[in-house]
Amino acid sequence: MHEMSIALAVVDQVDGAARPAGATAVRSVRLQVGELAGVVPDALTFSFQLACAGTALEGADLDIEPVPARARCGACARIWPPGMPPRLTCPGCDGTDTELLSGRELQIVRVCWHDTAPHPPISQER
Amino acid sequence: MCRVVDLQQAVLAKNDACAHTLREDLAARGTALVNLLSSPGSGKTALLERELTLARERGIPVAALTADLATENDAVRLARSDVPVKQILTDGLCHLEAEMLGGHLKDWLPADTRLLFIENVGNLVCPASYDLGETLRVVLASVTEGEDKPLKYPTAFGLAHLVVVTKTDIAEAVSFDGEEFRANVERVNPGVEVHLTSVRQGVGEGVLLDRALAARDGAPVHIPVMTRTSHHVHDDGEPQPCDEHSADLGTVASSRS
Ligand SMILES: Nc1nc2c(ncn2[C@@H]2O[C@H](COP(=O)(O)OP(=O)(O)OP(=O)(O)O)[C@@H](O)[C@H]2O)c(=O)[nH]1
Ligand SMILES: [Mg+2]
Ligand SMILES: [Zn+2]
Ligand SMILES: [Zn+2]
Ligand SMILES: [Zn+2]
Repeated sequence: MHEMSIALAVVDQVDGAARPAGATAVRSVRLQVGELAGVVPDALTFSFQLACAGTALEGADLDIEPVPARARCGACARIWPPGMPPRLTCPGCDGTDTELLSGRELQIVRVCWHDTAPHPPISQER
Repeated sequence: MCRVVDLQQAVLAKNDACAHTLREDLAARGTALVNLLSSPGSGKTALLERELTLARERGIPVAALTADLATENDAVRLARSDVPVKQILTDGLCHLEAEMLGGHLKDWLPADTRLLFIENVGNLVCPASYDLGETLRVVLASVTEGEDKPLKYPTAFGLAHLVVVTKTDIAEAVSFDGEEFRANVERVNPGVEVHLTSVRQGVGEGVLLDRALAARDGAPVHIPVMTRTSHHVHDDGEPQPCDEHSADLGTVASSRS
C-alpha cells in the first residue's frame, strides 16, 4: 500500500531529526498534503499509527493540513481551483501555458517532541 | 517539556535525492532511464519486448529491468529480445523506489547502455509518486481500460512525459473513443503527446525507442503542468543524503570514465 510507504518515510525523517536532538518521545507531526499529491489522508493516518509502532513516534498524532490546488494561466493570468479530476488547461482562454501554484505538497512542516536535555537551540542548517 | 520544531522537509526528500544522484550518475555514463507505468496488463512487457528487439536490430545498446511482486515471467519474455534484462522482485512493495533501483543497477548495468528501460510494477497509483531518476516517464493505457483512466488516475497521467495507447488492434471491439481519451489526457496534462500502438499489428513501431533516444540526446522533453510549480515543493528543506550504496553504480561506472 502506497500510504504505508509514505508513512514510513515520514517516521524515518522525523525519527532522524528528533533522535539526534535528544528527543525522547514525539507527540505530534504536522503534514501538508496537497490535493494533487496522490495521497489519501485517511489511509495515511491509519498507516501512520502502524508505522510509528516501536519507534520514538509511538502514539504520536498525525495532524494533516490539506492544501487546496490552485493553477494559474500564463497567458491571461487567471487563477482557478483545478478541482478533481483536475482541469489544468485555462478555463478562461483554454490556454495550455499554465502552472500549478499549489496542490502537490507532501511536506512535514512541524514536529512536537519531548526531550530531556536543557535546551540548546535546534540547529537549522540551511 | 514539549518542543516545537519547524522541520520543513519533503516527505519524499530521500527518494528524490537518490533519484537525483542516479540521474546524474547515469547521465555521466551516457545512459538515460525510461520509466514505464501502467495498470496491470496494459501491455508494458509486450511493447517493451518489441522496442528492445528493434533497438538490438538497429545496434543501439539498451537494457531493461522489470519489477513485479512475484514471478520472473516478464524477464523471461523480455530476454527474448536478446538484450541485457533483469527481474526485480519487490518483496511485496507495489512500486519501485530510487534507492532500491540503484542497488539493482550496481555491478549489472552494462557500461555502454544508452537507454535503460524500467518496467514498473503494474499499478497506476503509487509508482507515480516516486521519481526513479528517469529522463522520460511514459504512461501506458490499453484501449480496453476505457477513456476515463486519465481522469481517474490524474497524478499518473498528469506527470507523464509521454502517453502511449496500447492494443489499438482491438479498439473497435471495445468501442474505444480515441478523441475522448486524448481530451481527458489534455485536461490533466496539457500538451503531452499521445501515441497509438499495437504490438499485434505493428502500429507505432519504434515510437517509444525514437522518443527515448531523442530525450537521451538532449531533445526537450515535455514539462507537465503538475511539475510547473513556481515553488518546488520537493526541493526545499535540507538536502537529504542518499545512502552511499545506491548512489554508486559500482565498478562499471568507473571503468568508463
Ligand atoms: N490484442 C493485443 N493484445 C496485446 C497487445 N499487447 C499486449 N497484449 C496482451 O495483453 C496481455 C497483457 O500484456 P503484458 O505485456 O503482459 O502487460 P503488462 O502491462 O506487462 O502486465 P503486468 O506486467 O502484469 O502489469 C497479454 O495477454 C498480451 O498478449 C496488443 O498490442 N494487442
Ligand atoms: Mg509486464
Ligand atoms: Zn499504493
Ligand atoms: Zn488563460
Ligand atoms: Zn506502492
